[in-house]
Amino acid sequence: MSDFLSVNIPKFTSVLSAITFFFIVLAVLFAIAGRANGKKARPIAIFIFLGPAIVLLLAGLIIPAIRTLLFSFMNPDSNGWVGFENYYWMTQDPNIKTIMVNTILWIMVVPIFTAALGLLLAIMLDRIKHESIPKSLLFMPMAISFVGASIIFKFVYEYREPDEVQIGLLSTIVKFLGATPSDWMLSKPLNTFLLMIIYVWTQMGFGMVILSAAIKAVPADIVEASALDGAAGWRLFRNITFPMIKGTFIVVLATGVVGALKVFDIVRTMTGGNFGTNVLANEMYSQVFVQFDQGKGSALAIVLFLLVTPILVYNIRSLRMERTHS
Amino acid sequence: MSNLKIASHNSGRKLFSSKIATLVVWFVTVIWTIPTLGLLVTSFKADKDILNEPWWVSLFNPNFTLSSYKGVLFGGDSESLSNGVLPYFINSIVITLPATIFPIVIATMAAYALAWIRFRGSDFIFFFIFALQIVPLQMSLIPLLLLFTGGAHIGSVTVFPALGIAGDFAGIWLPHTMFALPLAVYLLHNFIASLPRDLMEAAHVDGANHFKVFRMIVLPLSIPGIAAIAIFQFLWVWNDLLVALTFASGTEEVAPINSKLASLVGQYGSGYTQLSAGAFITIAVPLIVFFSLQRYFVRGLLAGSVK
Repeated sequence: MSDFLSVNIPKFTSVLSAITFFFIVLAVLFAIAGRANGKKARPIAIFIFLGPAIVLLLAGLIIPAIRTLLFSFMNPDSNGWVGFENYYWMTQDPNIKTIMVNTILWIMVVPIFTAALGLLLAIMLDRIKHESIPKSLLFMPMAISFVGASIIFKFVYEYREPDEVQIGLLSTIVKFLGATPSDWMLSKPLNTFLLMIIYVWTQMGFGMVILSAAIKAVPADIVEASALDGAAGWRLFRNITFPMIKGTFIVVLATGVVGALKVFDIVRTMTGGNFGTNVLANEMYSQVFVQFDQGKGSALAIVLFLLVTPILVYNIRSLRMERTHS
Repeated sequence: MSNLKIASHNSGRKLFSSKIATLVVWFVTVIWTIPTLGLLVTSFKADKDILNEPWWVSLFNPNFTLSSYKGVLFGGDSESLSNGVLPYFINSIVITLPATIFPIVIATMAAYALAWIRFRGSDFIFFFIFALQIVPLQMSLIPLLLLFTGGAHIGSVTVFPALGIAGDFAGIWLPHTMFALPLAVYLLHNFIASLPRDLMEAAHVDGANHFKVFRMIVLPLSIPGIAAIAIFQFLWVWNDLLVALTFASGTEEVAPINSKLASLVGQYGSGYTQLSAGAFITIAVPLIVFFSLQRYFVRGLLAGSVK
């Protein structure tokens, strides 16, 4: 116990002193810079307010991103140029082929399911009383980390030898339906889809909540007018509601694509990328920290960047449009 | 007459479909909640029951105990967890607080400068920071780690000495702070730029300088925006795995609980039975934040969704 205290008490002192130090530095800077008068006051204020962010962004994102680009043309230890070898490797390596197939599966299945299910629930939530309780419960998994969600589903996907009692929900249901459960995480290609379910489970609430907000924002008089014209049910939705929330729906889809491209935690935790479930972000991590090949790892990071960028640009732009309009 | 008919027809249909809607929504809600419920029930079972009895059976055969929690918090017989997860839980707190406070304060300052101390190039800088949102953090990991362990060199000239903070708490606070900035600056800029101009001008007329305006006007008025973004950042750091794996060694001196749990998943035996309790302790913190601050939470998550 005293051992425990001697290790852990200093942690709290370090966090307290770090935060205190941070605010003291700021207070001192503000006090000194605040005394400046006249012509110098403005540049000094700009320097103090903006300087820390600029330095951190340069050191943490801009320069590293450029170095990663350079590393992708270098050898594993980043001390000699190899040209396009790391990129050529990707076109030849059979593992990368699996990864690319999986990535395509992820970006095709995951966004559609998160967005479609989110939309369905958003429409239905709009019609029920006491919507806040189911809404909270459906949104709740978004608060849970991918690691936490993976552990939750680890228990759902648990498999036991046929002569033992199945303690996993999936195996039990499969057995109840008369089929034979198998070791789910080892069954290709089903395992990849089971991992996707974890992702959909955590992220569906996001689509549901913003689509729900979008549906509520459709002007009531438009809906009423078209209802008077005889539109109802599916036709009302297809002709009136959906066109008005299409932009939001696409943002949800695009967010799903970006998330699916970057998926790492679930694969790392559930399978470590084994059994044919590997994906880009996990392979990048493995190349750098398991194979110690900074060249290939950097090249994979660049590929990830190139895939994510166009969608993010679209997404950020349309989100910004929506914000300026609202 | 025909209008009346349509109206009654519609309301009839609405009633019907709202019944179906209620049914479907609650059906999905139950399915969505079952996995978490399963974990919760499992975590209160005795070690031997976890492996031999499905949790839904235990529900009707209650024999609950806190032994998993005791074991996972304070350590038990398993070698991989001799001291339990409590040290890792403490690490998570120690990592998350500064990694939330630092970027939010720095981003608020930058956002104020870009919105209200306009200067030549401020639009460009704002757009550039805004555009940095597209850089996935995978692009930064290797060079940043090299900077922490080896410093920066041009040829044989050392531009910057090794920071020596790799595997230290500062070595995790710093990357989280850096990675949070583009989104935080952008969102806070939106918020701060929309504060009333008259208020700022009146303060300046009264002789307040930028530092005073920032403290007395901008900070208090920005609290709702800051709260939403702070909650998003808090959850992001608490739930993060990649940054923790890269910058914190897996030891109980610095590793957060999330990364510790990820490493426990692959292990069977008693470490495995304690997994449910460990996982529930980990997700309890974001769940408490979620249920107590739901409005800010949703706002923050929606705003941060592009990250």
